Amino acid sequence: MSSNTSFLLGIEDLTVSFDGFKAVDSLNLYIEPNELRVIIGPNGAGKTTVLDMICGKTRPTDGSVKFYNRELVGLSEHEIVRAGVGRKFQTPSIYENLTVLENLEVSFPKGRSVFGCIAFTRSSEVMARIHKVAEEIFLADHLEVEGAHLSHGQKQWLEIGMLLMQEPKLLMLDEPVAGMSPAEREQTAQLLKRITQGRSIIIIEHDMEFVSRIAHKVTVLHLGKILAEGTMEEIRHHPKVIEVYLGH
Amino acid sequence: MNTIYNRFLGGKSGLTKLLVLAILLLVVLPLTMSVFRLNLVGKYLTFGFVALGLVMLWGKAGVLSLGQGVFFGLGGYCMAMFLKLEASDPISTKIQSTPGIPDFMDWNQLKALPAFWVPFKHLPISLIAVVVVPSILAYVIGLAMFKRRVGGVYFAIITQALALILSLGIDGNQGWTGGRNGITDLRTLWGWDIRTQSAQYVLYFVTCLSLIFAILALQWLLSGKMGKMLLAMREREDRVRFSGYDVSMFKVFTFCLAAALSGIGGALFVLQVGFISPSLVGIIPSIEMVIYAAVGGRASLYGAIYGTLIVNTGKSLFSESFPQLWLFCMGGLFIAVVVFFPDGLAGVVDSGSKKIGRWFQTKKNGSPPDVSLDNAVLATTGKIDES
Repeated sequence: MSSNTSFLLGIEDLTVSFDGFKAVDSLNLYIEPNELRVIIGPNGAGKTTVLDMICGKTRPTDGSVKFYNRELVGLSEHEIVRAGVGRKFQTPSIYENLTVLENLEVSFPKGRSVFGCIAFTRSSEVMARIHKVAEEIFLADHLEVEGAHLSHGQKQWLEIGMLLMQEPKLLMLDEPVAGMSPAEREQTAQLLKRITQGRSIIIIEHDMEFVSRIAHKVTVLHLGKILAEGTMEEIRHHPKVIEVYLGH
Repeated sequence: MNTIYNRFLGGKSGLTKLLVLAILLLVVLPLTMSVFRLNLVGKYLTFGFVALGLVMLWGKAGVLSLGQGVFFGLGGYCMAMFLKLEASDPISTKIQSTPGIPDFMDWNQLKALPAFWVPFKHLPISLIAVVVVPSILAYVIGLAMFKRRVGGVYFAIITQALALILSLGIDGNQGWTGGRNGITDLRTLWGWDIRTQSAQYVLYFVTCLSLIFAILALQWLLSGKMGKMLLAMREREDRVRFSGYDVSMFKVFTFCLAAALSGIGGALFVLQVGFISPSLVGIIPSIEMVIYAAVGGRASLYGAIYGTLIVNTGKSLFSESFPQLWLFCMGGLFIAVVVFFPDGLAGVVDSGSKKIGRWFQTKKNGSPPDVSLDNAVLATTGKIDES
C-alpha cells in the first residue's frame, strides 16, 4: 500500500474519522529534509489532527506515516519521540512548578527509562546543552525562574527549547506565535529560521504575514483534504484558496 | 559530603525533621513508655511503611491505591509462613496426625506441606520474598493498568477489588493459609524467641531504624531526577510522554516501590505482633492506611509517619470506649482532612513554621525581612507585633 521514499516524512492516504465524520480524508503529504513547511487552513480543517496522528496522540483509521521509511502508525508516543519527532502544543505546555533549568533538564534525552532516571546526574555535558539552548530561546537569564512566572511568549519559547533539547529530526509546532507581541514574533521568526538547520519543521499558523516570512512551502488544508500546495506567492493567488480562506 | 547532606537528609530543614523524629522514636518513647505501649507504637510504625509508600504513590505520582493492605498482607504472610514452619517442627507437633506441618493444616486433613510453602523453610528466601512477592504482584497489576492508561477512580476501585479478592482468597483456603484465624502462635526466628520483652525492644528499634532508613532512601530518590519526573507527570502527563518518556513505567515503578515498602511493614508487623490474618489485608485496613497518609500530609514523608501514629493512637483510645463509633469517626476525619487540610498535618506545620520564622525575623530586625512579602503576611506579622 505504501512505498518507500527519499522523503524525511511521507504521509500517504492518511484518514481518521470520528463517529463517521472524516476529520482528515486520504491525505498525502511529503516533507523533505531541512524543509520548513507551514500548514494553514480555516478552523476545523484538520490541521491539528494531522499533527496528532504523526506524533501518536490520535490513531489514524487508515493510511501510513513514514519517518525515514519507518512506519510510525501504531507506535506509542514516547517511541515516536525517540525516533526523532518533537511536538509543541497549541497552548504552552511546560512544567509550571519546575524552573526553566529543570524544564530543560527533564527534556534532555538521557535517563528516559526508570533506572536511567534514577542514575541520572546533572553532568557538565547536560549543563552545556541547557545553556546553549537557553541562549537560543532568549531565556539564558531566566534559568532559575519557575515556569509559572514566565510571560506567555517566554513559555512558548521554553517549550520550543524543551523540544530542541531532544534534538529532533522533525519538529512540529502548533501556532507557535499565538498570543505573542510583535517584538516577540520577530524574535520567534529568527529563532525558527535558525533552528531549521539540520532538521525539518512543520508549523501550523494563522498569521499570514508571519507565514510569508518563514515558509519554504505552504500547504492549505480544507475539510480534511489538501486544497493547494506551493510557495506563499502561489497560494496567495490560488482562486480556490481565496474563496475558502483568504477571502474571509 | 555535600551531596549526602542535601540529597539524603534534605538540607537543613530535612535534618531538623529527621532529628526530631529520631529523638522521639529512639529516645523519648522508649524512656517514657511501658514495653506493652512501646510494642503498640512499634506496630503502628509498621503501618508507617505503607503510609510512606502511599506518599510516593498518591502524593508524588498522583495515583491513589485503596489496596495497599494487599501488599502489607503479602509481606506479612511471607514472614509468618517462615515463622510458622519453624514453630511446627516434628517434635512440638508430634501429637498431630501428620507431625511437622503447621497445626491448621493438620486440622484441615492435609497430609503434606503444599509446594508453595516449601521455600519458606529458609529464612533468606523468606526475607527476599517479603519484598519481591508484593513487588511482582504490583508489577503485573501496574503493567496491566497503567499501560492501558487506567488511572484515577478506576484504578482505586480495581485495587479495592484486589484487596477484597485476596482477603476472601485467604479466608476461603483454610488448609493452605490458616483461613480467617490467620497464622498464629509464632514463636522463634532462627531460634530467637520473639515473644520475650528483650526481643520486643530489639524489634521496636529495628522497626524505627528501618523506617528512618526508608525515609532517607526515598528522600534521596525524590531529590534527584525522579522527583522532578513525578512532579512533571502529575502536572502534565502528556508533555512527559512527548518528551520521550514511557509514563506508565514510572507509575509501575512507584507502585512496586510502594508495594515493597508495604511488604517490609507487614513483615515487621508479624515479628512484633506474632500473627497475621486476612483482617489486615482487606478493604477497611487498606482505606485506613490511606487515611494515615492523608492526615499526615499525602506529599510529606515525615508527615505520613506522624499521621500514622496519631490516627492509630486515636483509634486505640477511642475504640476502647466506643468501638462501634470508630469507623464513622475515621470516615469523618478523612473527609474533614481532605476538605479543610488537603496537605494534612505537614501542610499546617509548614505554613505555621513559615509564619513563626517570619515573625522572629521581624522581631529581630524591627522590619519585615523581605520586601517581597505579600500583604497578608505583613498584616498578620503587624498584628502580632502590636499584641
